[in-house]
Amino acid sequence: MAGAVEGALRDRRDAGGKALVVYVTGGLGDDWTDTVRAVADAGADVIEIGIPFSDPVMDGPTIQAANDRALASGATPTSILTQVSGLDAGVPLAVMTYYNIPFRAGLERFAAALADAGVSGCILPDLPLEETGPWVAAADEAGIETILLAAPTASDERLSRVCARSRGFVYGVGLLGVTGVRAELAASASIIATRLKQLTDLPVLIGVGVGTPGQAVEASAAGDGVVVGSAVVQGMLEDAGPTGVGDLVAQFRVALDAA
Amino acid sequence: MGLSDPTPEGRFGDFGGRYVPETLVPACQELEAAFREAWADQGYRERLDGLLADYAGRPSPMTECENLSGELGCRLLLKREDLNHTGSHKINNVLGQALLAQRMGKTRLVAETGAGQHGVATATAAALLGMECCVYMGEVDIVRQELNVFRMRLLGAEVRTAMSGSRTLKDAINEAMRDWVATVGESHYCLGSVMGPHPYPWMVRRFHEVLGREAREQSEAILGGVPDVVTACVGGGSNAIGIFSGFMDADTELVGVEPAGGAAVGRGIPGVVHGSQSFLMQDEFGQVLEAESISAGLDYPGVGPEHSHLAAIGRARYENVTDAEVVEAFRLLSRTEGIIPALEPAHALAWVFRDRVALAGRSVVLNLSGRGDKDVAQMMDVLGGGEGS
Ligand SMILES: Cc1ncc(COP(=O)(O)O)c(C=O)c1O
Repeated sequence: MAGAVEGALRDRRDAGGKALVVYVTGGLGDDWTDTVRAVADAGADVIEIGIPFSDPVMDGPTIQAANDRALASGATPTSILTQVSGLDAGVPLAVMTYYNIPFRAGLERFAAALADAGVSGCILPDLPLEETGPWVAAADEAGIETILLAAPTASDERLSRVCARSRGFVYGVGLLGVTGVRAELAASASIIATRLKQLTDLPVLIGVGVGTPGQAVEASAAGDGVVVGSAVVQGMLEDAGPTGVGDLVAQFRVALDAA
Repeated sequence: MGLSDPTPEGRFGDFGGRYVPETLVPACQELEAAFREAWADQGYRERLDGLLADYAGRPSPMTECENLSGELGCRLLLKREDLNHTGSHKINNVLGQALLAQRMGKTRLVAETGAGQHGVATATAAALLGMECCVYMGEVDIVRQELNVFRMRLLGAEVRTAMSGSRTLKDAINEAMRDWVATVGESHYCLGSVMGPHPYPWMVRRFHEVLGREAREQSEAILGGVPDVVTACVGGGSNAIGIFSGFMDADTELVGVEPAGGAAVGRGIPGVVHGSQSFLMQDEFGQVLEAESISAGLDYPGVGPEHSHLAAIGRARYENVTDAEVVEAFRLLSRTEGIIPALEPAHALAWVFRDRVALAGRSVVLNLSGRGDKDVAQMMDVLGGGEGS
């Protein structure tokens, strides 16, 4: 049975649209939960809540800065999940964090805490396919969809195994590099989308390096949609507030709907 | 008989593994295959052994400390890795990896460095083999190891400042990994210790086994048998695992010495960072803590996975010493033996000094992993100009 994340993304695709998943750093600013609601109202299909980690190796300067600021203000996995449980955003939520956070909490305990907080999915960018075993056992048990990343460096054989084990959607990594806004969309974005679409019926979304509405349109042409992170977090860091961030997300939504 | 190989998944008992972003998995697999193939190839091994001998100056000698032994009441032997080219054990690993990278068709070496010794060794190998070199170093370490920054630049390497987090070794590793994620086609990540994702902990250990083999032979020649104790400082743990590897089958006590402010094994909490599962200094939520040590080379909150395994099965034990004890040991060896040690191996000596009563009458081989030239300026600040007066 498909989970809430997969369901929402399939609904978007079945209606002929392109999906928009937006990343928001949890615990960043006092009004971050208002920002999550504004992002949902602006048309995000799924929202990723980042639980900050001290050593985010897949993240570039923007999300690193957001992480550091949230941690410095005292955000913890517990405080963020407590706030998430009262959130009622109206769209499915996924958590994005690094493996040591669930590992330290205890995998079963962390998966159960996600479920209790009303979170549907989880993304762990430093947990490659071979190491997923213990976590997915706990996540499957708790009904959490574990979304796996699929990288441009992988063979088709590896990509198909990643697709087979992924739940919710397949997260195609758009470029060789870490998160962050780039001037142009990398050519690898469309290539990985096309490759993945040939291997799976799960929704295929492209993230990492998708920073403008124009890039979102380009990146979603071959796939089913995009994940936008740093561009939104940059708005949060510049104190755009829930309204400002909502307006930004609305621009992505409008562009994708017009494509 | 030495240390055993990890499982195909890169595990030493519960520890190790390959926790890297998907993007890097093929690169790790390719590296593992290339290393296995090269290690079995006589041509590669001869080239490496030739460089270790004629370029790096191996074998390094073993020195019996006639003066200090009397003062301590034990029989102290030093494995003189400080006499290697570039001034530390790091060159053993770097020559192996640089030759391997070249064989794999890579044109660029990326490295992290704490004390700068691994960065200098990598810059040296890159100069020798005509490769591009980029070294990440935390802003704090750039200040306290200024001399090594200059050496790296002189050798033609680019030194990039890691400004995130604690701005020390941990953050330099993060930046090096981010670089590798973006440049994996042309770059080899020349990791400087027995840590990171599989195959690094195993591969780097194999490159350092040479010093363990030498130390075994040399100590048997001097002592007429194996030593009672072998000790070494532990940052990531490469010099320690190198010397331990020579004594696994012997009835020799193995003691790793961590800084009190970076005692990953000492605190005994498992975690996952920088590619492997191992003991890790972290808070109750899993945020990695910042280590704090006078020695840039040991200022790291983690430890290589094989050390966690050796600790868990009780084959090695891990002690820790304070900065003040290290400073005393640094002065002691300089004054009594005419050898200025790096601050890192001064940790091992600080433990020997502290435990001298328990060690009385026993033989101790200490891995003197590096020389103190790089630390002299920092120690001038710590000790003031009055030293020696
Ligand atoms: C002389 C010396 N010894 C030891 C170390 C610590 O590394 P490891 O624990 O891998 O030997 C360093 C690191 O910079 C070093 O320069």
